[in-house]
Amino acid sequence: MTATAGPATAEQKQRKSGLGRFTGPALGLLLPLVLAAGWELAVRAGWSNGRLVPPPSRVYEEFAELASTGELQRHVVATLLRVVAGFGLGTLVGTLLGALAGYSTLVRRLIDPSLQGLRAVPSIAWIPLFILWLGIFETSKVALIAVGVFFPIYLGVMGAVMSVDRKIVEVGRLFRLSGIGMVRRILLPAVLPAYVIALRSGLGLGWMFVIAAEFMGASEGLGYLLIDGQQLGKTTEIIAAIVAFAVLGKLTDWLIVLITAPFLRWEDRVRTATVED
Amino acid sequence: MLTLDHVGKTYPNGVRALDGITLDVKPAEIVAIVGGSGCGKSTLLRAISGLDTPSQGRILLDGEVVTQPHEKIGMIFQEPRLLPWLTVADNVSFGLEHRPKREREGLAAAALVRVGLTDKAKMWPRELSGGQAQRVAIARALVPQPEVLLLDEPFSALDAFTRADLQDHLLDLWADLRPILILVTHDVDEAVVLADRIMVMRPQPGRIYEEIVSDLPRPRDRQSAAFDFVKRRVLAALDRSLAKAATIDDTQTKSSEGAALWW
Repeated sequence: MTATAGPATAEQKQRKSGLGRFTGPALGLLLPLVLAAGWELAVRAGWSNGRLVPPPSRVYEEFAELASTGELQRHVVATLLRVVAGFGLGTLVGTLLGALAGYSTLVRRLIDPSLQGLRAVPSIAWIPLFILWLGIFETSKVALIAVGVFFPIYLGVMGAVMSVDRKIVEVGRLFRLSGIGMVRRILLPAVLPAYVIALRSGLGLGWMFVIAAEFMGASEGLGYLLIDGQQLGKTTEIIAAIVAFAVLGKLTDWLIVLITAPFLRWEDRVRTATVED
Repeated sequence: MLTLDHVGKTYPNGVRALDGITLDVKPAEIVAIVGGSGCGKSTLLRAISGLDTPSQGRILLDGEVVTQPHEKIGMIFQEPRLLPWLTVADNVSFGLEHRPKREREGLAAAALVRVGLTDKAKMWPRELSGGQAQRVAIARALVPQPEVLLLDEPFSALDAFTRADLQDHLLDLWADLRPILILVTHDVDEAVVLADRIMVMRPQPGRIYEEIVSDLPRPRDRQSAAFDFVKRRVLAALDRSLAKAATIDDTQTKSSEGAALWW
């Protein structure tokens, strides 16, 4: 790297790579749009009757109908609330225990083997127990999602805290930072990149477990729509729910990236344009 | 006045890294510590910095015992160790958190002027070259105006041109505040260019083997005969220090030519 690189270099590089602020995301829409158009064509041309795999136009009609009756909003909100509650709970406990286990060898020796053992249990296996303990309503669903979210966040935070560079910590010691100062000015910024990754994988698992939770008996939610569609043979409803999951999952993940991006601008990465993906 | 009083360091595994180091350093004095690898140079510096504590003896700064990092003692490492999430200016003012924001910014800006990096103030550390990053590290260490500045092989990761440039630069900066400089180095030229006194250490356990006083006039000419003379004395002392420590005696066959290759 030359000594004359100005602050504008990063932006310039980005522009040079050809993907502007809007063409990048547009490129990501290309594949699904082409596939959808192709399928629509196949059904219109009579190559497929479209009963098992309904064409996009019928899925859209289903969406429009669900939205007009307020059904769609009700199901989306129910699922979203469960994910938010479970993700929040799992993140809180995972961050706390992960930080403690990463910081203190004693705590790690005490809790890590048990948690790793529990992690080996497929989380779906908890469902019967959670239903007996917490009932069939919201509490057991949120608990299941929280369990799913907990492990990636616990592991990510513990690993991040353990791998904070001793050399950087020594800089903090040389400038006589207090315990709180060390956490705020050295440890937190140092673990943030790994923490964001842990949050994103935790959220992904949250979306996975919300379906499992809603399969175990729910009267609303996107998971309910899936079961309902299966029982009534309504493939459009199933596909509409799947598309809704895809959109919501991507949007919430994007939200995490968007919120944390300003704090991670310093990162030395090959690409710095994650927000635009 | 920095005083080392019979400082020794024994690691928990029983290895004696330092033994009976006694040294008085006057204000504004520049002391270089040289020696073969594993002779405890860095251990000594870390003990003075307060990052490690000596197992025997005491370290005193103006009569006050140093047991943990001290506000009057700054340190520069072999790597710049800048915080990647802070801009260059924020890195420089890292040690000034307790001061008002405006004063902090003013001091950081002034320090960046002195190391010639004003135009880099808003950049991230990753955007700097190795020499620039080390200059930022020097600025960060000097901004709190330490009485003692410890340098642990500060220029050894840099190319020869950058190194000579930064050595001169360091002397300029030293002339402003005139702190005590204690410099650990592998590079005999560097020691002779910078130091008033050169302490040669020998290993197992780390002790001071010989002290060479260098009263060459400043600025020092690296090509002069007097410079060469001091350098030869240091190299000869290093050779002897290693010969005594060596168990397999191939050192006797070393010619004076080989002395320059001791590391």
